[in-house]
Amino acid sequence: MSFIEIEAVDLIYGEERTGTLAVSEASLSIRHGEFVALVGPSGCGKSTLLKLVAGLVRPSAGRIRVEGAEVTQPLKTVGMAFQNPTLLPWRTIRDNVLLPLEVVEPYRRRLRQDRAANRARADALLEAVGLSGFGDRMPWQLSGGMQQRAQLCRALVHQPSILLLDEPFAALDSFTKEELWHVLQDLWSRQSCTIILVTHELREAVFLAETVYVMSARPGRLVKRTDVRVARPRTLETTFEPSFVGIVQDLRHAIGAARCA
Amino acid sequence: MRMRSMLLARAAPWISAALLVLVWWLGVAAFDVKSYIMPTPGETLASLVRHWRPLAANGAITLATTLVGFSATLVFGTLIGMLVGMSRLAHQAIYPLLVAFNSVPKAALVPIFVVWFGLGAVPAVITAFLLSFFPVVANVALAFSSIEPELVDLIRSLGGSRRDLMVKIGIPRALPYLFASLKVAITLAFVGSIIAEVIGGNGGIGNVMLVASSNFDMPLVFAALSVVGVLGTGMYALFELLDRHWASRSARPSGLQGIENAS
Repeated sequence: MSFIEIEAVDLIYGEERTGTLAVSEASLSIRHGEFVALVGPSGCGKSTLLKLVAGLVRPSAGRIRVEGAEVTQPLKTVGMAFQNPTLLPWRTIRDNVLLPLEVVEPYRRRLRQDRAANRARADALLEAVGLSGFGDRMPWQLSGGMQQRAQLCRALVHQPSILLLDEPFAALDSFTKEELWHVLQDLWSRQSCTIILVTHELREAVFLAETVYVMSARPGRLVKRTDVRVARPRTLETTFEPSFVGIVQDLRHAIGAARCA
Repeated sequence: MRMRSMLLARAAPWISAALLVLVWWLGVAAFDVKSYIMPTPGETLASLVRHWRPLAANGAITLATTLVGFSATLVFGTLIGMLVGMSRLAHQAIYPLLVAFNSVPKAALVPIFVVWFGLGAVPAVITAFLLSFFPVVANVALAFSSIEPELVDLIRSLGGSRRDLMVKIGIPRALPYLFASLKVAITLAFVGSIIAEVIGGNGGIGNVMLVASSNFDMPLVFAALSVVGVLGTGMYALFELLDRHWASRSARPSGLQGIENAS
């Protein structure tokens, strides 16, 4: 039984007839705890597909189900992270991480009682991403990569069953990026959540995901599915192995074809 | 070296003010300007001391009308700003009207208010409000309309309501915008109430200036002007202080300060 089921979904932005078709006949199913990556040329509707899964946008046609129930409003059990860190500049790093707990039930009701526990949870997460001791800093005191780590903590603090990542490493330099791949891999193996990662970096997709889907240029269609059978934990060494490089090459060809199609 | 440059920075505004007074004094002395055209700083000071009682009493009136008008700005400016910033429909419906109202010279409206409300404090309060509220509306509206779409998605994806978005993000994010606009607004409110007092008032520092200039008592006009200057600067400084205290915790130190500290 699949956890997330996307069936023949179309999405049209704007008016029914005149609007632009952003996603066309997307169908895929995702297992519980699966790590999926969506790759494709820019503007192909990858991010839109994320919003569809989160219930932030309703599909124009087709259906999306999570745990068997059709998604008709924003899901409350997702964590999201974006390309920009989007930390709130007036809050300390710890309070930024704790933001979801102030909004999501059932944490919200128990904020008072659980203050100490929540604080400990935020600090544990910060430690897991290598930010221990930074909880009391303000966002501007952290580098871009560190802010992005903090954003990952914010996305995970309420223990979401689905984590939606919209090019979270796209704005980082390649060293920081590769470091954060490891951080994310560790987090995923520790918290058993289902992850959908949108990216345009193929090595990133293959390094992190179990299943990679390629989307075509607009209107976005899923044109290829690749299972990445590379042992974990994956390291930087892995990325130089022929099998890894082979998968990346295949994907690159598929995207080249998808862009021309 | 560090110590001396800091002292210099502290003293700089006083030194430049003293230079300005000196130039004024020398100018009046050099061209032998009559006191009923332009008094010397000394004559102004003497008039200030001699008439301190009416100046203080009327200064208090001006301060009171300014603060009442400014309070209205604080309340309605913030509310209308929120409305315009959050709702596209409200923006379409109200904002062009606000811009149109704002471009009407307020001085021209004072006689109308005098006809409607009579001489006294009411026209001054209204003028202070009208002159000062637009910057607050514009700034607060900008704060709310420029919330990052990612943050809206984030709150919605957590099952948060519109109210959560306001409380957790919209309002704290708007505070620096609000405080910045209040600094401008308080000065404009001052200008507004004084304009009204000059045109159609029976009290306040503006009225003192009107009466004094019709008596050719220029030293008193200048004494009143200096009272206005002190009050306006004081109010601005107060809001500058509040701004720093409440809203700027999140701001990184500005680049210029960094350069000065480094050198």
